[in-house]
Amino acid sequence: MNTAELHFLLDGRDIRLSQVAPTTTLLNWLREDQARTGTKEGCAEGDCGACTVVVAEARNGQLKWRSVNACIQLLPTLHGKALFTVESLRARDGVLHPAQQAMVDCHGSQCGFCTPGFVMSLFGLYQTDPTPDDAAIADALSGNLCRCTGYRPIIDAAHRMYQLPAAGGTLSSPQPDSLPAPLPAPLWQRETDSASNALLARLVALDDGRTLDISHPRGRFIAPCSLAEFATLVATHPLATLLAGGTDIGLWITKQFRVLQVLIHLGRVRELHRIEHTADQLEIAAAVPLEDAFAAILPHYPELTELWRRFASRPIRNAGTLCGNIANGSPIGDAMPALIAIGAEIVLRRDTTVRVLPLKALYLGYQKKDLAPGEFVQAVRIPLRDAAAGKRIIRAWKISKRQDQDISAVFAGFALTLDEGVVTEARLAFGGMAATPQRARHAEAALTGRPFDAAALADARAALARDFQPLSDMRASADYRMRVAQNLLTRLQLDIAGTPTRIDAAEASHGQA
Amino acid sequence: MDKPEAPSAVQSLVEPAAEPALAAHLNAGQGNKRPDAEPRGAAGTALPHESAVLHVTGSATYIDDLPELRRTLHAAIGLATEAHARITALDLSAVRSAPGVVAVLTADDIPGINDFGPVVHDDPIFATDEVQFHGQALFAVLADDMRAARAAARLARVDYNRLPAALSVDDALQAGTRVLPDTALRHGDADAALATAPHRLAGSIRLGGQDHFYLETHIAYAIPQEDDTMKVYSSSQHPGEVQLQVAHALGREAKDVVVECRRMGGGFGGKESQPGQIAAIAAIGAMRTGRPVKLRLDRDDDMILTGKRHDFRIDWEVGFDDDGRMLGVRFRQATRAGYSADLTGAIADRAMFHADNAYHLANVAIDSQRCKTNTVSNTAFRGFGGPQGMFGIEEVVDAIAHHLGRDPLEVRKLNYYGITERNTTHYGQLIEDNVLHELTAELEADCDYHARRAALRAWNATSPVIKKGIALTPVKFGISFTATHLNQAGALLHVYTDGTVMLNHGGTEMGQGLFTKVAQVVARELQIDIDRIRVTASDTARVPNASATAASSGADLNGKAAQDAARKIKARLTEFAAAKYGCREDQVEFRANRVHAGDTVLGFAELVHAAWMGRVSLSATGYYRTPKIAYDRSTLSGRPFYYYAYGVACSEVAIDTLTGESKVLRVDIVHDVGHSLNPAIDLGQVEGGFIQGMGWLTTEELCWDADGRLRTHAPSTYKIPAVSDLPPVFNVRLWERGINAEDSIFRSKAVGEPPLMLALSVWHAIKDAVAAAADYGVTPQLDAPATAEEILRSVDDARQRAGDAA
Repeated sequence: MNTAELHFLLDGRDIRLSQVAPTTTLLNWLREDQARTGTKEGCAEGDCGACTVVVAEARNGQLKWRSVNACIQLLPTLHGKALFTVESLRARDGVLHPAQQAMVDCHGSQCGFCTPGFVMSLFGLYQTDPTPDDAAIADALSGNLCRCTGYRPIIDAAHRMYQLPAAGGTLSSPQPDSLPAPLPAPLWQRETDSASNALLARLVALDDGRTLDISHPRGRFIAPCSLAEFATLVATHPLATLLAGGTDIGLWITKQFRVLQVLIHLGRVRELHRIEHTADQLEIAAAVPLEDAFAAILPHYPELTELWRRFASRPIRNAGTLCGNIANGSPIGDAMPALIAIGAEIVLRRDTTVRVLPLKALYLGYQKKDLAPGEFVQAVRIPLRDAAAGKRIIRAWKISKRQDQDISAVFAGFALTLDEGVVTEARLAFGGMAATPQRARHAEAALTGRPFDAAALADARAALARDFQPLSDMRASADYRMRVAQNLLTRLQLDIAGTPTRIDAAEASHGQA
Repeated sequence: MDKPEAPSAVQSLVEPAAEPALAAHLNAGQGNKRPDAEPRGAAGTALPHESAVLHVTGSATYIDDLPELRRTLHAAIGLATEAHARITALDLSAVRSAPGVVAVLTADDIPGINDFGPVVHDDPIFATDEVQFHGQALFAVLADDMRAARAAARLARVDYNRLPAALSVDDALQAGTRVLPDTALRHGDADAALATAPHRLAGSIRLGGQDHFYLETHIAYAIPQEDDTMKVYSSSQHPGEVQLQVAHALGREAKDVVVECRRMGGGFGGKESQPGQIAAIAAIGAMRTGRPVKLRLDRDDDMILTGKRHDFRIDWEVGFDDDGRMLGVRFRQATRAGYSADLTGAIADRAMFHADNAYHLANVAIDSQRCKTNTVSNTAFRGFGGPQGMFGIEEVVDAIAHHLGRDPLEVRKLNYYGITERNTTHYGQLIEDNVLHELTAELEADCDYHARRAALRAWNATSPVIKKGIALTPVKFGISFTATHLNQAGALLHVYTDGTVMLNHGGTEMGQGLFTKVAQVVARELQIDIDRIRVTASDTARVPNASATAASSGADLNGKAAQDAARKIKARLTEFAAAKYGCREDQVEFRANRVHAGDTVLGFAELVHAAWMGRVSLSATGYYRTPKIAYDRSTLSGRPFYYYAYGVACSEVAIDTLTGESKVLRVDIVHDVGHSLNPAIDLGQVEGGFIQGMGWLTTEELCWDADGRLRTHAPSTYKIPAVSDLPPVFNVRLWERGINAEDSIFRSKAVGEPPLMLALSVWHAIKDAVAAAADYGVTPQLDAPATAEEILRSVDDARQRAGDAA
């Protein structure tokens, strides 16, 4: 029941490839094998967006459009999906897509090298959001760097594309021997769009339940469809690399030239795409992209909005997974401090054996985890608020050099339970302060069992210096990390008291005139 | 294979008039008006970039997009892993035997000279016995594909004897190492003025460098030709120099090498002197193997191997009167050149020339130290020393204002150059075009500076954590290469028998819209629609000996050269038409695609065809050299600049005094581009330059570790502004009354570099906010860039000093 043939759609055409090196990136395949050179390499690490493409997939009977970074997306992960690149958008009669025309109208390109990536991010936005506000536009473009324009004209283009006549015509499918397929309409127009329905039907048909198993002299790539098969494969290949969104593994390939003999891909395992709500918890399985995970979490924890927006760029959140972030367990990963503060658990599985751990217990030391060979993170369980005892104040704050797409110098996740003004439980978790994401036990003790007053704050600040001995690196010095971690406790107190503490809320002054 | 059929870029241009979003920003008097008598797209029109449609469809061709010839090899460079060391052994056997490797190149494989230094010959293509910075090129690998080459490049075994390394300006000052001699500029008597001034202040400030972060990394594609000649595609602002560097490396002559560049994916100065090494390595490989060789640096190698903006330490001393009028100023500008001279001499000179920014300095002493360090050789970057020079004097003015408790804007205006007096610079140039008083008055009123400043101070009193700051700063930037001989340009213009035009000039297109503007000049000059003109790739075989496209001079120089070529053609056509249609030459008029010859009216193409039949030459070269400029390098005095560009900006920021995070809340800019050649493109330069300058002064931090290794060599660690950094209120306007006082091309002004320095307003707004954190009691001490860490340090420091004082 296996297939060795990689099969996906490009501009609506069937692409079938039987000899693919598993670590071929989508970008290199486009540029080198297909001579589709509109998609550019700017950094080969998913940080500049010049390689942005859009992928459509069938998920729960719906088309899902996602912008992703082609430079770190491995080609076999496209199996069963539909790919669109900057060359896909222009109609055969030469009419530009609204995302393209708006960029021309608004003078959104100068050197032009980042432009195809911006156009594809705009296209991804156009396909999914009929009325984006400024924040949604900024979020859609958060993974695209432009060094020339200063962004203003590109944001104007994002507004303007909705004022232009809708995309029509057919895809400029380049193969003379293939029939051009119509470009599917945006999701908000899909009800009446036969092209969307046709694409959805083809993608559903592609999902035939067969395991993709590519053997190549440079390695093997296995993408099963069921959890049981996946678990067995992982158990029998304990040294295999498990690939979810690939937002980190992609860099092992492009930057470190690592040889990965066996890759087992989570992306097609149906059970691993589930998000399950129960009365007291939310269980998010391992293949759910960060963007979808946050969409499920934020209604329960709106305090994590900043974590979501600043976690990474949109294309990274479209590809990367929450469980991947957890399993990777970087000391500067953003999800862990917040989830540890909230009290999340993880579900680990080895073949048919399942165990549940508090998230904090996973991390034993720098890049050391409580994971047996052949065991993997199957899901994360997030306790829901009304199940938590008492009244909890949750905060999650990120400190980095830049707002968009940056790695934290310090990340703080706080959960404080107050009863009549007395702290009954303090969970203060930090990233960037130690070799693993960690709770500040001394600081927590300093706050617990007393009112959160000036004296308690001073004690907690002092205690933090006993909890952590942070490092200095290019993101921040040890002194700054400690000072900010302490100041975030001050911010927590001020914030609870209602004192404005956030520059995000600041607006330009108005004269009296 | 699946590119849409390439359209004529200009044919696809949309009409700009229907752009409400843009109209608000544009210079209404010039931009959107298109009299019927003008052909489409002529100079002054807000046309989109000539490649805009190609950009948005992904069909604009960059060098890495060119179809690869058969047997093309891919190169990667092996980098040194010591900052300063003697190489005792270089074992490349593992590199040679790695899969896919075809050849390995070292200095021994260079047929010609192992040097690519643009001015001083101290830049080896490959280091030989001594390594001078961590990341210096040691060798190159040629392989069947790029991944094989890059993987193999890491397999070298190098033994080093470590030598003492000077990594910072301070290290170099202590060790006394220089790439070029110290230089001094004296004007008036600074010592006496300082000694007698009622007030004196002194300080020291450090400002960091900046990586160009052009989105397209360095690349060259060398293709061997017959008879040992070479064709090189190079992403270069200076193909003419690459031609010479490649010829020297190959042991050939200029006539044997052709260098071409259609466009770059950004340059910003980073592709002025640096492409020579990349092109030379590709060409050496092509010569050695007889196969085409492509060398594209990946992002990390690009950031490690190629130069950046010069970081500076500026020590200053000022004497001033009770009002804040500067009486005497002394600067020591010490800059980190890196291991070699590169363009440091001219950059440091320009820093000295811009130590006045907008202010009259009667008595000034500037000492410039061009420090040699064991770090990458710093190079040109938009502003070319100007930003650093201005930074120093703005720091001084700000300190005076704090000391006197005055609004810094009042101190700035008090010290502005006069119009008819106090209008000679410290290098002896008379300023004849000062419009800063008008610009400042307009912006002050437009942005409601005074009322907002008062409101902001009141707000700060009520806000314990978040503090706001505001600043309005001017820019005066000298236009011309300070090396006078570079101020020349050539163009080549062919008119074909169908009346269409091929235009070529020595300038290069890096996104700044030069090709668009120069085509617009020709459209206006020949009175033909822009879509009748095709601008072709910069090519050393078409226009020789061109200067770098740099110093903001691209449109000034090449526009004039193209105009000259067009006028020659026009004169020939005029003479021919007068004879053929029986009128005087002054009765021949070119107007909107038609030619009026006495009573005869015919299309431009018709006349061209008739002229060809009449055996009239329809090809011309054009040439231009900037008039009036001349200065003495030995005394740094004279007239280095043809004219000045001016602008003013007001920025408001907020800082978080708990974390040091900052946010720019509002920016207002009025910038003078003279009579704009293309208001849409000029607006893009102003906005883009400002944001780039803002990045330099805020989030863009280059970090080297104690071993001299650059730790910020990719966008994951080096943070240029992203979309959320765009100020939520960003009012940018070209000055409606702007006109160049000199006879520049259609009275326009250069615009590439000057707007970058408008971002000094952000810097001073941050300082104002830091001052607010200590209730305006002390002058903030802040070094650039103002990262969150630096702002928090500065806030803590200011509060501590204010507390100590209290």
